Amino acid sequence: MAEKVLMKGNEAIAEAAIRSGCRHYLGYPITPQTEIAAYMAKRMPKINGVFLQAESEISAINMVYGVAATGKRVMTSSSSPGISLKQEGISYIAGSDVPALIVNVQRGGPGLGGIQPSQSDYFQATKGGGHGDYHLIVLTPASVQEMADLTSHAFDLADKYRMPVMLLADGTIGQMMEPVELPEEKTSTVEKPWALTGTKMQREHNIINSLYLNTELLEKTNFERFERYKQIEENEVMYESFMMEDAEICVVSFGITARVSKNAIIEARRQGIKVGLIRPITVWPFPKQPILEAADKVKAFISVEMSMGQMLEDIKLACECKKPVHLCNRVGGMIPSPEQVLAKIVEVEGGKN
Amino acid sequence: MKRITLFFGHYGSGKTNIAINYALHLKKQFDKVAIADIDIVNPYFRTKDSEAELKKAGIKVISLPFANTNVDLPALPPEVYGLVQDKTTVAVMDIGGDDRGAYALGRYTPYLLEEKDYEAVFVANFYRPLTKTAEEAFEVLQEIECACGIKMTAIVNNSNIGVETTEADVKKTDAEAQKLSQIAGIPVIFTSVNESIARNSTHDYFPLTLQKKPF
Repeated sequence: MAEKVLMKGNEAIAEAAIRSGCRHYLGYPITPQTEIAAYMAKRMPKINGVFLQAESEISAINMVYGVAATGKRVMTSSSSPGISLKQEGISYIAGSDVPALIVNVQRGGPGLGGIQPSQSDYFQATKGGGHGDYHLIVLTPASVQEMADLTSHAFDLADKYRMPVMLLADGTIGQMMEPVELPEEKTSTVEKPWALTGTKMQREHNIINSLYLNTELLEKTNFERFERYKQIEENEVMYESFMMEDAEICVVSFGITARVSKNAIIEARRQGIKVGLIRPITVWPFPKQPILEAADKVKAFISVEMSMGQMLEDIKLACECKKPVHLCNRVGGMIPSPEQVLAKIVEVEGGKN
Repeated sequence: MKRITLFFGHYGSGKTNIAINYALHLKKQFDKVAIADIDIVNPYFRTKDSEAELKKAGIKVISLPFANTNVDLPALPPEVYGLVQDKTTVAVMDIGGDDRGAYALGRYTPYLLEEKDYEAVFVANFYRPLTKTAEEAFEVLQEIECACGIKMTAIVNNSNIGVETTEADVKKTDAEAQKLSQIAGIPVIFTSVNESIARNSTHDYFPLTLQKKPF
Protein backbone atom coordinates (compact mmCIF):
# COMPACT_ATOMS: atom_id res chain seq x y z
CA MET A 1 0.00 0.00 0.00
CA ALA A 2 1.26 3.42 -0.91
CA GLU A 3 2.08 5.74 1.95
CA LYS A 4 -0.54 8.27 2.91
CA VAL A 5 0.03 12.01 2.91
CA LEU A 6 -2.05 14.83 4.33
CA MET A 7 -3.43 17.01 1.58
CA LYS A 8 -5.87 19.73 0.83
CA GLY A 9 -8.51 18.69 -1.69
CA ASN A 10 -7.14 21.15 -4.21
CA GLU A 11 -3.61 19.80 -3.86
CA ALA A 12 -4.90 16.25 -4.28
CA ILE A 13 -6.44 17.20 -7.62
CA ALA A 14 -3.17 18.73 -8.79
CA GLU A 15 -0.95 15.84 -7.71
CA ALA A 16 -3.37 13.22 -9.09
CA ALA A 17 -3.44 15.07 -12.41
CA ILE A 18 0.35 15.00 -12.59
CA ARG A 19 0.37 11.29 -11.76
CA SER A 20 -2.18 10.75 -14.53
CA GLY A 21 0.27 12.12 -17.04
CA CYS A 22 -1.04 15.67 -17.22
CA ARG A 23 1.87 17.97 -18.03
CA HIS A 24 -0.13 20.98 -19.14
CA TYR A 25 -1.99 23.18 -16.69
CA LEU A 26 -3.46 26.43 -17.93
CA GLY A 27 -5.37 28.51 -15.47
CA TYR A 28 -6.15 31.74 -13.78
CA PRO A 29 -6.38 32.18 -9.99
CA ILE A 30 -9.64 32.45 -8.09
CA THR A 31 -10.61 31.57 -4.52
CA PRO A 32 -11.29 28.84 -3.37
CA GLN A 33 -9.29 26.79 -5.90
CA THR A 34 -6.04 28.73 -6.12
CA GLU A 35 -4.05 25.95 -4.42
CA ILE A 36 -4.41 23.88 -7.61
CA ALA A 37 -2.60 26.56 -9.57
CA ALA A 38 -0.10 27.17 -6.75
CA TYR A 39 0.73 23.47 -6.57
CA MET A 40 1.11 23.21 -10.33
CA ALA A 41 3.33 26.29 -10.37
CA LYS A 42 5.69 24.56 -7.92
CA ARG A 43 5.63 21.06 -9.42
CA MET A 44 5.37 21.47 -13.20
CA PRO A 45 8.77 23.14 -13.75
CA LYS A 46 10.44 20.28 -11.85
CA ILE A 47 8.95 17.58 -14.09
CA ASN A 48 9.32 19.26 -17.45
CA GLY A 49 5.65 20.22 -17.51
CA VAL A 50 3.91 23.45 -18.38
CA PHE A 51 2.28 25.69 -15.81
CA LEU A 52 0.88 28.77 -17.41
CA GLN A 53 -1.14 31.50 -15.79
CA ALA A 54 -3.08 33.00 -18.65
CA GLU A 55 -4.26 36.60 -18.70
CA SER A 56 -7.87 35.47 -18.21
CA GLU A 57 -10.09 32.43 -17.87
CA ILE A 58 -11.17 32.80 -21.49
CA SER A 59 -7.57 32.71 -22.59
CA ALA A 60 -6.82 29.71 -20.37
CA ILE A 61 -9.68 27.56 -21.70
CA ASN A 62 -8.70 28.30 -25.29
CA MET A 63 -5.14 27.24 -24.49
CA VAL A 64 -6.63 24.04 -23.06
CA TYR A 65 -8.46 23.58 -26.37
CA GLY A 66 -5.17 23.97 -28.21
CA VAL A 67 -3.29 21.45 -26.08
CA ALA A 68 -6.23 19.03 -26.17
CA ALA A 69 -6.09 19.11 -29.97
CA THR A 70 -2.59 17.63 -29.79
CA GLY A 71 -3.87 14.70 -27.71
CA LYS A 72 -1.85 15.64 -24.61
CA ARG A 73 -3.51 15.35 -21.23
CA VAL A 74 -4.46 18.87 -20.22
CA MET A 75 -6.48 20.60 -17.54
CA THR A 76 -7.70 23.88 -16.23
CA SER A 77 -9.37 24.75 -12.97
CA SER A 78 -11.43 27.62 -11.66
CA SER A 79 -14.33 28.46 -9.41
CA SER A 80 -17.88 29.41 -10.36
CA PRO A 81 -17.54 32.90 -11.93
CA GLY A 82 -14.39 31.76 -13.72
CA ILE A 83 -16.14 28.64 -15.02
CA SER A 84 -18.87 30.85 -16.48
CA LEU A 85 -16.18 32.70 -18.41
CA LYS A 86 -14.85 29.41 -19.78
CA GLN A 87 -18.19 28.21 -21.16
CA GLU A 88 -17.62 29.30 -24.76
CA GLY A 89 -14.33 27.42 -24.83
CA ILE A 90 -15.87 24.35 -23.23
CA SER A 91 -18.56 24.30 -25.93
CA TYR A 92 -15.82 24.48 -28.61
CA ILE A 93 -13.92 21.63 -26.95
CA ALA A 94 -17.11 19.54 -26.83
CA GLY A 95 -17.92 20.49 -30.43
CA SER A 96 -14.43 19.47 -31.54
CA ASP A 97 -14.50 16.13 -29.69
CA VAL A 98 -11.24 16.55 -27.82
CA PRO A 99 -10.50 15.39 -24.26
CA ALA A 100 -9.79 17.79 -21.41
CA LEU A 101 -10.33 18.10 -17.68
CA ILE A 102 -12.08 21.14 -16.26
CA VAL A 103 -12.21 21.49 -12.47
CA ASN A 104 -14.86 23.65 -10.83
CA VAL A 105 -14.35 24.23 -7.08
CA GLN A 106 -17.71 25.90 -6.60
CA ARG A 107 -18.42 29.03 -4.57
CA GLY A 108 -21.59 30.94 -3.90
CA GLY A 109 -23.39 32.74 -6.72
CA PRO A 110 -24.85 34.10 -8.90
CA GLY A 111 -22.59 36.88 -10.13
CA LEU A 112 -19.43 37.33 -8.13
CA GLY A 113 -21.35 35.76 -5.24
CA GLY A 114 -18.90 34.86 -2.51
CA ILE A 115 -15.89 32.75 -1.71
CA GLN A 116 -17.59 30.22 0.55
CA PRO A 117 -18.68 26.75 -0.69
CA SER A 118 -21.68 26.06 -2.90
CA GLN A 119 -23.17 23.50 -5.29
CA SER A 120 -25.20 25.95 -7.30
CA ASP A 121 -23.39 25.34 -10.60
CA TYR A 122 -25.20 22.00 -10.90
CA PHE A 123 -27.42 23.11 -13.79
CA GLN A 124 -24.49 24.72 -15.57
CA ALA A 125 -22.38 21.57 -15.21
CA THR A 126 -25.03 18.97 -16.06
CA LYS A 127 -27.28 20.73 -18.55
CA GLY A 128 -24.75 22.16 -20.94
CA GLY A 129 -23.41 25.44 -19.65
CA GLY A 130 -22.24 26.64 -23.01
CA HIS A 131 -24.23 26.75 -26.24
CA GLY A 132 -25.27 23.83 -28.39
CA ASP A 133 -26.23 20.22 -27.79
CA TYR A 134 -23.51 18.69 -25.70
CA HIS A 135 -22.74 17.09 -22.37
CA LEU A 136 -19.83 16.96 -20.01
CA ILE A 137 -19.20 13.91 -17.88
CA VAL A 138 -19.48 15.42 -14.41
CA LEU A 139 -17.82 13.77 -11.41
CA THR A 140 -18.53 14.90 -7.84
CA PRO A 141 -15.95 14.02 -5.19
CA ALA A 142 -16.99 13.81 -1.51
CA SER A 143 -13.55 13.44 0.08
CA VAL A 144 -9.96 14.43 -0.51
CA GLN A 145 -9.29 10.82 -1.53
CA GLU A 146 -11.99 11.10 -4.19
CA MET A 147 -10.56 14.41 -5.36
CA ALA A 148 -7.46 12.38 -6.30
CA ASP A 149 -9.19 9.22 -7.54
CA LEU A 150 -11.82 10.97 -9.65
CA THR A 151 -9.23 13.28 -11.20
CA SER A 152 -7.40 10.21 -12.38
CA HIS A 153 -10.64 8.62 -13.60
CA ALA A 154 -11.67 11.85 -15.32
CA PHE A 155 -8.60 11.81 -17.57
CA ASP A 156 -9.35 8.20 -18.57
CA LEU A 157 -12.97 9.01 -19.37
CA ALA A 158 -12.00 12.12 -21.33
CA ASP A 159 -9.61 10.08 -23.50
CA LYS A 160 -12.00 7.15 -23.88
CA TYR A 161 -14.92 9.26 -25.09
CA ARG A 162 -12.95 12.19 -26.61
CA MET A 163 -14.79 14.81 -24.60
CA PRO A 164 -14.40 17.35 -21.81
CA VAL A 165 -14.93 15.99 -18.31
CA MET A 166 -15.71 18.18 -15.33
CA LEU A 167 -14.73 17.58 -11.74
CA LEU A 168 -17.44 19.38 -9.80
CA ALA A 169 -16.19 20.03 -6.27
CA ASP A 170 -16.91 22.78 -3.78
CA GLY A 171 -14.84 25.14 -1.67
CA THR A 172 -14.98 22.99 1.43
CA ILE A 173 -13.60 19.85 -0.17
CA GLY A 174 -11.07 22.01 -1.98
CA GLN A 175 -9.83 23.59 1.24
CA MET A 176 -10.13 20.81 3.79
CA MET A 177 -7.33 18.43 4.59
CA GLU A 178 -7.55 14.66 4.85
CA PRO A 179 -5.23 11.69 4.53
CA VAL A 180 -4.92 10.54 0.95
CA GLU A 181 -3.31 7.66 -0.84
CA LEU A 182 -2.21 9.01 -4.17
CA PRO A 183 -2.91 7.11 -7.39
CA GLU A 184 -0.11 5.30 -9.21
CA GLU A 185 1.78 7.04 -11.98
CA LYS A 186 0.23 6.33 -15.37
CA THR A 187 -0.41 7.88 -18.72
CA SER A 188 -3.02 7.65 -21.42
CA THR A 189 -3.40 4.20 -22.94
CA VAL A 190 -5.85 5.35 -25.59
CA GLU A 191 -4.63 5.70 -29.19
CA LYS A 192 -5.27 9.19 -30.55
CA PRO A 193 -4.98 8.98 -34.33
CA TRP A 194 -7.02 12.18 -34.58
CA ALA A 195 -4.48 14.30 -32.70
CA LEU A 196 -2.49 17.12 -34.26
CA THR A 197 1.00 15.67 -33.93
CA GLY A 198 2.50 16.68 -37.27
CA THR A 199 1.94 14.63 -40.41
CA LYS A 200 5.68 14.04 -41.01
CA MET A 201 4.51 13.91 -44.63
CA GLN A 202 3.22 10.41 -43.94
CA ARG A 203 -0.49 10.92 -43.45
CA GLU A 204 -3.33 13.25 -44.28
CA HIS A 205 -3.79 16.35 -42.14
CA ASN A 206 -5.91 15.96 -39.06
CA ILE A 207 -8.34 18.79 -38.55
CA ILE A 208 -9.73 19.78 -35.15
CA ASN A 209 -12.63 22.13 -35.61
CA SER A 210 -16.14 22.83 -34.37
CA LEU A 211 -17.30 24.79 -37.43
CA TYR A 212 -19.40 22.90 -39.98
CA LEU A 213 -20.35 24.65 -43.21
CA ASN A 214 -22.50 21.70 -44.22
CA THR A 215 -25.67 21.54 -42.14
CA GLU A 216 -26.31 17.86 -42.87
CA LEU A 217 -22.84 17.01 -41.68
CA LEU A 218 -23.32 19.07 -38.52
CA GLU A 219 -26.56 17.23 -37.84
CA LYS A 220 -24.88 13.88 -38.42
CA THR A 221 -22.03 14.84 -36.07
CA ASN A 222 -24.55 15.79 -33.37
CA PHE A 223 -26.42 12.49 -33.79
CA GLU A 224 -23.16 10.55 -33.59
CA ARG A 225 -22.07 12.45 -30.50
CA PHE A 226 -25.33 11.62 -28.77
CA GLU A 227 -24.85 7.93 -29.63
CA ARG A 228 -21.64 8.21 -27.63
CA TYR A 229 -23.49 9.96 -24.79
CA LYS A 230 -25.94 7.05 -24.76
CA GLN A 231 -23.07 4.61 -24.24
CA ILE A 232 -21.80 6.78 -21.41
CA GLU A 233 -25.22 6.77 -19.76
CA GLU A 234 -25.23 2.98 -20.01
CA ASN A 235 -21.68 2.33 -18.85
CA GLU A 236 -20.26 5.14 -16.76
CA VAL A 237 -22.83 5.90 -14.05
CA MET A 238 -21.23 5.96 -10.59
CA TYR A 239 -23.03 6.22 -7.27
CA GLU A 240 -22.82 5.06 -3.68
CA SER A 241 -25.70 3.43 -1.86
CA PHE A 242 -25.72 3.83 1.93
CA MET A 243 -28.19 2.08 4.26
CA MET A 244 -30.73 1.75 1.43
CA GLU A 245 -31.60 -1.95 1.93
CA ASP A 246 -34.67 -1.33 4.10
CA ALA A 247 -34.97 2.45 3.66
CA GLU A 248 -38.38 4.13 3.62
CA ILE A 249 -36.90 7.56 2.97
CA CYS A 250 -34.16 8.14 0.43
CA VAL A 251 -31.83 11.09 0.83
CA VAL A 252 -30.06 12.04 -2.40
CA SER A 253 -26.99 14.18 -2.02
CA PHE A 254 -23.51 14.54 -3.56
CA GLY A 255 -20.20 16.00 -2.49
CA ILE A 256 -19.84 17.65 0.90
CA THR A 257 -23.59 17.60 1.64
CA ALA A 258 -23.61 13.81 1.21
CA ARG A 259 -21.20 13.64 4.14
CA VAL A 260 -23.39 15.88 6.26
CA SER A 261 -26.37 13.71 5.23
CA LYS A 262 -24.60 10.51 6.31
CA ASN A 263 -24.14 11.92 9.80
CA ALA A 264 -27.82 12.85 9.89
CA ILE A 265 -28.85 9.40 8.61
CA ILE A 266 -26.80 7.61 11.26
CA GLU A 267 -28.52 9.70 13.94
CA ALA A 268 -31.98 9.13 12.36
CA ARG A 269 -31.36 5.38 12.29
CA ARG A 270 -30.46 5.58 15.98
CA GLN A 271 -33.91 7.12 16.48
CA GLY A 272 -35.50 4.25 14.55
CA ILE A 273 -36.17 6.00 11.24
CA LYS A 274 -35.46 3.86 8.20
CA VAL A 275 -33.56 6.24 5.97
CA GLY A 276 -30.77 5.75 3.48
CA LEU A 277 -28.66 7.68 1.01
CA ILE A 278 -28.04 7.50 -2.71
CA ARG A 279 -24.94 9.55 -3.41
CA PRO A 280 -24.49 10.30 -7.10
CA ILE A 281 -20.78 10.31 -7.95
CA THR A 282 -21.51 11.09 -11.59
CA VAL A 283 -24.21 13.77 -11.83
CA TRP A 284 -24.05 13.47 -15.59
CA PRO A 285 -24.77 10.72 -16.32
CA PHE A 286 -27.21 10.88 -13.41
CA PRO A 287 -27.87 7.58 -11.56
CA LYS A 288 -31.45 7.34 -12.83
CA GLN A 289 -31.84 3.58 -12.46
CA PRO A 290 -31.11 3.25 -8.71
CA ILE A 291 -33.41 6.18 -8.01
CA LEU A 292 -36.21 4.71 -10.13
CA GLU A 293 -35.76 1.40 -8.30
CA ALA A 294 -35.80 3.16 -4.93
CA ALA A 295 -39.03 4.94 -5.92
CA ASP A 296 -40.90 1.63 -5.64
CA LYS A 297 -39.64 1.07 -2.09
CA VAL A 298 -39.45 4.44 -0.37
CA LYS A 299 -42.23 6.86 0.45
CA ALA A 300 -40.25 10.01 -0.31
CA PHE A 301 -36.98 11.46 -1.46
CA ILE A 302 -35.07 14.33 0.11
CA SER A 303 -32.62 16.28 -2.03
CA VAL A 304 -29.91 17.75 0.20
CA GLU A 305 -27.99 20.33 -1.76
CA MET A 306 -26.29 23.70 -1.50
CA SER A 307 -28.48 25.20 -4.22
CA MET A 308 -32.11 26.20 -4.68
CA GLY A 309 -33.37 22.79 -5.79
CA GLN A 310 -31.31 22.07 -8.88
CA MET A 311 -30.53 18.36 -8.44
CA LEU A 312 -34.08 18.02 -7.15
CA GLU A 313 -35.28 18.27 -10.77
CA ASP A 314 -33.10 15.35 -11.85
CA ILE A 315 -34.43 13.26 -8.96
CA LYS A 316 -38.00 14.02 -10.07
CA LEU A 317 -37.17 13.01 -13.63
CA ALA A 318 -35.35 9.88 -12.49
CA CYS A 319 -38.13 8.66 -10.19
CA GLU A 320 -40.73 9.67 -12.79
CA CYS A 321 -42.49 11.65 -10.05
CA LYS A 322 -43.66 8.41 -8.46
CA LYS A 323 -42.88 9.79 -5.01
CA PRO A 324 -42.60 13.30 -3.59
CA VAL A 325 -39.17 14.91 -3.63
CA HIS A 326 -38.45 17.32 -0.76
CA LEU A 327 -35.73 19.92 -0.62
CA CYS A 328 -33.31 20.46 2.25
CA ASN A 329 -30.81 23.16 1.40
CA ARG A 330 -28.57 26.05 2.35
CA VAL A 331 -27.15 28.49 -0.17
CA GLY A 332 -24.87 31.47 -0.52
CA GLY A 333 -21.85 29.76 1.04
CA MET A 334 -23.66 28.15 3.96
CA ILE A 335 -23.46 24.39 4.58
CA PRO A 336 -26.47 22.44 5.90
CA SER A 337 -25.86 21.07 9.40
CA PRO A 338 -26.52 17.41 10.28
CA GLU A 339 -29.24 18.73 12.64
CA GLN A 340 -31.02 20.50 9.77
CA VAL A 341 -30.96 17.36 7.62
CA LEU A 342 -32.12 15.25 10.56
CA ALA A 343 -35.00 17.65 11.21
CA LYS A 344 -36.06 17.31 7.56
CA ILE A 345 -35.89 13.51 7.76
CA VAL A 346 -38.03 13.55 10.91
CA GLU A 347 -40.49 15.94 9.25
CA VAL A 348 -40.81 13.73 6.16
CA GLU A 349 -41.19 10.67 8.38
CA GLY A 350 -44.21 12.44 9.82
CA GLY A 351 -42.89 13.33 13.22
CA LYS A 352 -42.41 9.68 14.18
CA ASN A 353 -39.19 9.05 16.07
CA MET B 1 9.66 32.11 27.77
CA LYS B 2 9.26 34.90 25.22
CA ARG B 3 6.43 37.41 25.23
CA ILE B 4 5.33 36.84 21.65
CA THR B 5 5.15 33.45 19.95
CA LEU B 6 4.82 33.52 16.18
CA PHE B 7 3.71 30.42 14.28
CA PHE B 8 4.91 30.10 10.69
CA GLY B 9 4.87 27.22 8.24
CA HIS B 10 3.88 25.73 4.95
CA TYR B 11 0.16 26.18 4.41
CA GLY B 12 -1.74 23.29 5.92
CA SER B 13 1.06 22.47 8.36
CA GLY B 14 -1.28 23.05 11.33
CA LYS B 15 -0.34 26.57 12.41
CA THR B 16 -3.85 27.68 13.33
CA ASN B 17 -4.67 24.63 15.44
CA ILE B 18 -1.35 24.92 17.27
CA ALA B 19 -1.72 28.66 17.78
CA ILE B 20 -5.20 28.23 19.30
CA ASN B 21 -4.11 25.41 21.61
CA TYR B 22 -0.92 27.24 22.55
CA ALA B 23 -2.89 30.36 23.48
CA LEU B 24 -5.18 28.26 25.68
CA HIS B 25 -2.07 26.68 27.22
CA LEU B 26 -0.54 30.12 27.94
CA LYS B 27 -3.77 31.35 29.51
CA LYS B 28 -3.21 28.82 32.31
CA GLN B 29 0.02 30.65 33.24
CA PHE B 30 -0.63 34.28 32.31
CA ASP B 31 -3.43 36.70 32.91
CA LYS B 32 -3.34 38.80 29.76
CA VAL B 33 -3.18 36.55 26.71
CA ALA B 34 -4.07 37.52 23.17
CA ILE B 35 -4.14 35.68 19.86
CA ALA B 36 -3.89 37.44 16.52
CA ASP B 37 -4.85 35.83 13.25
CA ILE B 38 -2.92 37.62 10.54
CA ASP B 39 -3.34 34.87 7.96
CA ILE B 40 -4.17 36.84 4.83
CA VAL B 41 -3.90 33.79 2.56
CA ASN B 42 -6.36 31.16 3.68
CA PRO B 43 -10.09 31.86 3.23
CA TYR B 44 -11.39 28.80 5.17
CA PHE B 45 -10.79 27.10 8.55
CA ARG B 46 -9.56 30.01 10.60
CA THR B 47 -8.89 31.17 14.16
CA LYS B 48 -12.24 32.93 13.98
CA ASP B 49 -13.95 29.51 13.90
CA SER B 50 -12.76 29.08 17.52
CA GLU B 51 -13.45 32.66 18.58
CA ALA B 52 -16.24 31.80 21.04
CA GLU B 53 -14.13 29.18 22.82
CA LEU B 54 -11.10 31.49 23.03
CA LYS B 55 -13.12 34.42 24.31
CA LYS B 56 -14.78 32.19 26.88
CA ALA B 57 -11.32 31.29 28.15
CA GLY B 58 -10.60 35.01 28.54
CA ILE B 59 -8.26 35.27 25.59
CA LYS B 60 -8.36 38.40 23.47
CA VAL B 61 -8.98 37.45 19.83
CA ILE B 62 -7.77 39.70 17.06
CA SER B 63 -8.82 38.53 13.64
CA LEU B 64 -9.03 40.01 10.20
CA PRO B 65 -12.10 42.22 9.91
CA PHE B 66 -13.42 40.22 6.97
CA ALA B 67 -12.47 36.70 8.11
CA ASN B 68 -15.14 34.08 7.31
CA THR B 69 -17.11 36.47 5.16
CA ASN B 70 -17.31 36.77 1.42
CA VAL B 71 -14.97 39.74 1.36
CA ASP B 72 -11.75 38.31 0.01
CA LEU B 73 -9.81 41.33 1.23
CA PRO B 74 -6.50 40.83 3.05
CA ALA B 75 -6.79 43.79 5.44
CA LEU B 76 -4.96 43.68 8.78
CA PRO B 77 -6.73 45.00 11.87
CA PRO B 78 -5.14 47.98 13.69
CA GLU B 79 -5.28 46.09 17.02
CA VAL B 80 -2.27 44.04 15.92
CA TYR B 81 -0.07 47.10 16.53
CA GLY B 82 -1.45 47.25 20.05
CA LEU B 83 -0.57 43.63 20.61
CA VAL B 84 2.97 44.09 19.32
CA GLN B 85 3.54 47.28 21.33
CA ASP B 86 1.71 46.49 24.60
CA LYS B 87 4.45 44.72 26.52
CA THR B 88 2.13 43.54 29.28
CA THR B 89 0.32 41.11 26.96
CA VAL B 90 1.51 37.58 26.24
CA ALA B 91 0.71 37.06 22.61
CA VAL B 92 0.37 34.33 19.99
CA MET B 93 0.39 35.24 16.34
CA ASP B 94 -0.93 32.93 13.62
CA ILE B 95 0.86 33.87 10.40
CA GLY B 96 -0.41 32.84 6.96
CA GLY B 97 1.14 29.96 5.05
CA ASP B 98 4.39 30.01 3.12
CA ASP B 99 6.32 33.12 2.21
CA ARG B 100 3.18 34.76 0.83
CA GLY B 101 1.50 34.62 4.23
CA ALA B 102 4.67 35.74 6.01
CA TYR B 103 4.89 38.97 3.98
CA ALA B 104 2.02 40.31 6.08
CA LEU B 105 4.17 40.19 9.21
CA GLY B 106 6.77 42.49 7.68
CA ARG B 107 5.13 45.70 8.88
CA TYR B 108 5.51 44.54 12.50
CA THR B 109 9.05 43.22 12.08
CA PRO B 110 10.81 46.44 13.22
CA TYR B 111 8.92 46.37 16.56
CA LEU B 112 9.60 42.66 17.07
CA LEU B 113 13.29 43.08 16.32
CA GLU B 114 13.55 46.09 18.63
CA GLU B 115 11.88 44.35 21.58
CA LYS B 116 13.79 41.08 20.99
CA ASP B 117 11.23 39.12 23.01
CA TYR B 118 9.74 36.72 20.48
CA GLU B 119 9.91 33.05 19.57
CA ALA B 120 9.57 32.47 15.82
CA VAL B 121 8.30 28.94 15.48
CA PHE B 122 8.38 27.01 12.24
CA VAL B 123 5.62 24.36 12.18
CA ALA B 124 6.54 21.28 10.17
CA ASN B 125 4.36 18.42 8.98
CA PHE B 126 6.43 15.85 7.10
CA TYR B 127 3.26 14.18 5.79
CA ARG B 128 2.54 17.21 3.61
CA PRO B 129 3.43 16.44 0.00
CA LEU B 130 5.66 19.47 -0.61
CA THR B 131 7.50 19.26 2.74
CA LYS B 132 8.14 15.54 3.04
CA THR B 133 11.84 15.91 3.81
CA ALA B 134 13.92 18.14 6.07
CA GLU B 135 15.48 19.69 2.97
CA GLU B 136 12.11 20.61 1.46
CA ALA B 137 10.89 21.99 4.78
CA PHE B 138 14.08 24.02 5.13
CA GLU B 139 13.47 25.54 1.69
CA VAL B 140 10.04 26.78 2.87
CA LEU B 141 11.55 27.96 6.17
CA GLN B 142 14.11 30.09 4.33
CA GLU B 143 11.47 31.53 1.99
CA ILE B 144 9.45 32.56 5.04
CA GLU B 145 12.49 34.18 6.70
CA CYS B 146 13.20 36.16 3.53
CA ALA B 147 9.59 37.29 3.26
CA CYS B 148 9.12 38.58 6.82
CA GLY B 149 12.68 39.53 7.77
CA ILE B 150 12.69 37.42 10.93
CA LYS B 151 14.91 34.40 11.61
CA MET B 152 13.17 31.28 12.84
CA THR B 153 14.20 30.40 16.40
CA ALA B 154 12.42 27.10 16.99
CA ILE B 155 10.68 24.17 15.30
CA VAL B 156 7.47 22.37 16.19
CA ASN B 157 7.00 18.94 14.70
CA ASN B 158 3.29 18.66 13.91
CA SER B 159 3.55 15.68 11.55
CA ASN B 160 0.16 14.06 11.06
CA ILE B 161 -2.13 12.50 8.48
CA GLY B 162 -5.31 13.88 9.96
CA VAL B 163 -7.78 11.68 11.82
CA GLU B 164 -5.93 8.51 10.84
CA THR B 165 -2.72 9.52 12.63
CA THR B 166 -1.21 7.02 15.08
CA GLU B 167 1.64 7.58 17.50
CA ALA B 168 3.81 5.37 15.29
CA ASP B 169 3.18 7.76 12.37
CA VAL B 170 4.40 10.64 14.52
CA LYS B 171 7.48 8.77 15.74
CA LYS B 172 8.49 7.96 12.18
CA THR B 173 9.09 11.66 11.60
CA ASP B 174 11.36 12.26 14.62
CA ALA B 175 14.51 11.72 12.58
CA GLU B 176 13.37 14.15 9.89
CA ALA B 177 12.56 16.78 12.52
CA GLN B 178 16.01 16.36 14.09
CA LYS B 179 17.60 16.68 10.67
CA LEU B 180 15.70 19.91 10.04
CA SER B 181 16.85 21.10 13.47
CA GLN B 182 20.47 20.45 12.51
CA ILE B 183 20.23 22.07 9.08
CA ALA B 184 18.47 25.16 10.47
CA GLY B 185 20.51 25.27 13.68
CA ILE B 186 17.44 25.72 15.89
CA PRO B 187 15.81 23.35 18.41
CA VAL B 188 12.61 21.31 18.16
CA ILE B 189 10.70 22.73 21.12
CA PHE B 190 7.87 20.23 21.05
CA THR B 191 6.02 17.63 19.03
CA SER B 192 2.29 18.21 18.84
CA VAL B 193 -0.29 15.45 18.50
CA ASN B 194 -4.02 15.03 18.82
CA GLU B 195 -5.11 15.09 22.46
CA SER B 196 -6.26 11.45 22.28
CA ILE B 197 -2.78 10.29 21.26
CA ALA B 198 -1.10 12.45 23.92
CA ARG B 199 -3.39 11.08 26.63
CA ASN B 200 -2.47 7.46 25.88
CA SER B 201 1.25 8.00 25.51
CA THR B 202 4.12 8.11 27.96
CA HIS B 203 5.90 10.58 25.72
CA ASP B 204 5.71 14.29 26.52
CA TYR B 205 3.70 15.64 23.58
CA PHE B 206 1.93 18.97 23.23
CA PRO B 207 -1.75 17.94 23.04
CA LEU B 208 -4.05 19.49 20.45
CA THR B 209 -7.82 19.73 20.65
CA LEU B 210 -8.98 20.17 17.09
CA GLN B 211 -11.70 22.32 15.59
CA LYS B 212 -14.87 20.32 14.95
CA LYS B 213 -16.36 19.87 11.48
CA PRO B 214 -19.97 18.87 10.68
CA PHE B 215 -18.88 16.42 7.94
